[in-house]
Amino acid sequence: MISGEDGARADLDLVTLIVACADPPLSATPEQTALLRLCTAPLSVAELSAYLNLPYSVMTVLLTELLAADLVQARAPIARQSIADRTLLEAVMHGLQKL
Amino acid sequence: MDFKSSDTIPGPRTEDHLPHTAQAAVKIVIVGGFGVGKTTMVGSVSEIKPLTTEETMTQAGIGVDDNYGSDTKTATTVAMDFGRISITDQLVLYLFGTPGQERFWFLWNGLFEGALGAVVLIDTRRLEVSFDVIGRLEERGVPFVVAVNSFPDAPRYPMADLRAALDLPEEIPIVECDARRRASSRDTLMTLMRFLHSLAMTGALT
Repeated sequence: MISGEDGARADLDLVTLIVACADPPLSATPEQTALLRLCTAPLSVAELSAYLNLPYSVMTVLLTELLAADLVQARAPIARQSIADRTLLEAVMHGLQKL
Repeated sequence: MDFKSSDTIPGPRTEDHLPHTAQAAVKIVIVGGFGVGKTTMVGSVSEIKPLTTEETMTQAGIGVDDNYGSDTKTATTVAMDFGRISITDQLVLYLFGTPGQERFWFLWNGLFEGALGAVVLIDTRRLEVSFDVIGRLEERGVPFVVAVNSFPDAPRYPMADLRAALDLPEEIPIVECDARRRASSRDTLMTLMRFLHSLAMTGALT
């Protein structure tokens, strides 16, 4: 459900990881350019919102445009499932134990 | 939101970049009233300096806490601090410190719905704030544990008394923590993870 024209927004979560897949085109707005330069390595929507000092809702509009133009790629988060993935939970526990 | 020059945009420090191999993220929500230590807990375990995402509420700003400063009479800015822990090269965990008032939760789409679970952080001097939070999480089917932040000047109660006061079901863990200490905050997160794991084992997660 990616569309920038009918007002629909991409299905983004605070922790969807965003990666730029192209250099900013000449036609890019300053906001788009700033965003594309920020996410040359993966960053969450939340981090982009924080670094660019833009509200989350504005961020999702910007990202919807960039996704529609294939300038960024979105890596969907792993959401809680009705039956939790034990392997995932164990990986998180293992990661926390290393702290 | 005019950017005069992209040079002025503060970005992540080099060490705050995620590796290109990062494939997916999960999130845990730390929820509680103002001043209960949410940001302290996030900061004590986060690998990045806690960041803030803001959202503007244009309506229903009546009765909003003083701490969420407002620009105008009708627009209120609500802030949420968050941090990050890299679990593996592929998997990243984000921690969000979220206001306890449910009317703010919808501002960040799916904040609780997609979360692995939540930590309800409690200050024994203001227990009443927690009743509502616990009720809302139960209604939404968000699995959670309760952590009592041990402020030096806060009264100490036996956990059993707090459990009774909060009307907390027997199966939901309640632990004491010191949100300023990394090990203590990590142990609190581990309590949540073990609880989630036990739910997964019994297939009770809904």
